[in-house]
Amino acid sequence: MPGWSQLTLRNLAFIIAILVPVILGVAYLTFAERKLIGYMQMRVGPNRVGPRGWLQPIADVLKLLLKEIIVPTNANRFLFIIAPMLTLAPALVAWAVMPFTDTLVLANIDASLLFILALTSMGVYGVIIAGWASNSKYAFLGSLRSAAQIVSYEIAMGFALVGVLMAAQSLNLREIVLQQQGGLHQWYLWPLFPLFMVFFIAGVAETNRAPFDVAEGESEIVAGFHVEYSGMTFALFFLAEYANMILISALTATLFLGGWYPPFDVAPFTWIPGVAWLVIKICVVLFFFLWFRATFPRYRYDQIMRLGWKVFIPITLVWIVVIGAAMQTPIGFLFH
Amino acid sequence: MNVIKRYLQSFLLFELLQGLMVTGRHLFARKITVQYPEECTPLSPRFRGLHALRRYPNGEERCIACKLCEAICPALAITIESQERADGTRRTTLYDIDLFKCIYCGFCEESCPVDAIVETRFFEFHFENRGENIITKQQLLTVGDKFEKQIAADRAADARYR
Repeated sequence: MPGWSQLTLRNLAFIIAILVPVILGVAYLTFAERKLIGYMQMRVGPNRVGPRGWLQPIADVLKLLLKEIIVPTNANRFLFIIAPMLTLAPALVAWAVMPFTDTLVLANIDASLLFILALTSMGVYGVIIAGWASNSKYAFLGSLRSAAQIVSYEIAMGFALVGVLMAAQSLNLREIVLQQQGGLHQWYLWPLFPLFMVFFIAGVAETNRAPFDVAEGESEIVAGFHVEYSGMTFALFFLAEYANMILISALTATLFLGGWYPPFDVAPFTWIPGVAWLVIKICVVLFFFLWFRATFPRYRYDQIMRLGWKVFIPITLVWIVVIGAAMQTPIGFLFH
Repeated sequence: MNVIKRYLQSFLLFELLQGLMVTGRHLFARKITVQYPEECTPLSPRFRGLHALRRYPNGEERCIACKLCEAICPALAITIESQERADGTRRTTLYDIDLFKCIYCGFCEESCPVDAIVETRFFEFHFENRGENIITKQQLLTVGDKFEKQIAADRAADARYR
């Protein structure tokens, strides 16, 4: 077999090895969400399909696959169908540069942080196109809201990442994690704590999750941008939302929680492989996503804008200046 | 001072953390779900479900066709026709209840001088064809025979409040 085909096959296998767990993760994240929110509301959640409800996501997927895809008469057919794919694809592509361990990266490119930023901003196009192509006022309102929201939070998120790359002196995700080696106290969580909070909350807003889910807002605009979608096209939006959640959690784990490194650099913790640590960290962050959804009521729209522009951006800017200034002083080592 | 305190509170996400604590506590709280087909919530002896016509222990039907239930029924769900029986007593020849009209108020039961028409605890019934919603005297008597033990126990439990 020629060398290039070997490489292609190897990469293809790697892509499948990443995507299948991600998609399974999405399926069981929906299950975990329903269970967890149920528990927090003193219910038991889905428990009828399979033992203790474990087959519920499979049943949901089968149902959505079998349902008819209805395209509204006045919708733009091409854009209507392409929109859910445009939403899902970036959420999956971004995994290409995610470092799972020291050596396990599909594409170890230099500016992987930039790549991730570019792709997470791409996702909103799907939402906007879906809202526009549906030719429905609810969908249109939802997409307008989501566009404005993502533009405002993208900036805060970008600035939060500037802090990380200042500390790590690199745009490469693998390098950023390598800088956090040595246990809990080395994680960027501590020196960049305000940025961590901003990044995570902006991440919740980016993924259109509660309490920032005005783009969907069941109680206000029915379902926002995906009112008109049904069957598999709806499932793709659903998949994209949860895939984005997992992606943001993975990014949070990588950038602020030390990626694949164990919290303590001593024996029993180092026995567990790096990938497992990354997965554990992702699960912890995801738990917070679900916890927020069970706790907080939806933000009013103007409050979202206020939070994004008048709170998050100033906080990040101030902290970037603090980092920059501190790096010129003897205590600069704290931020490296 | 208050301004500083308020800023501090909002920047430390104080109220949000309080909210998270509430849901966090409930995550481990005892769940109150009743798994319906397998479990059931407790029913009162006064529960007003499907109707039934009762009999005396000797097998004689209680109803004397006084038509008080028909008169009091606010939904006009009861239709009664009566005739003199061979032994000289007045008995119903027709006792229909339209369960679509019935509002399960229990007035028929309260008005009955001989405790003939009662409402049982049984509420898990359904109709599959048009017309099945009108239940006849025979069906009512059958329901009464089937649940007599429960009906009698419920009446006894509630007797002192009547």
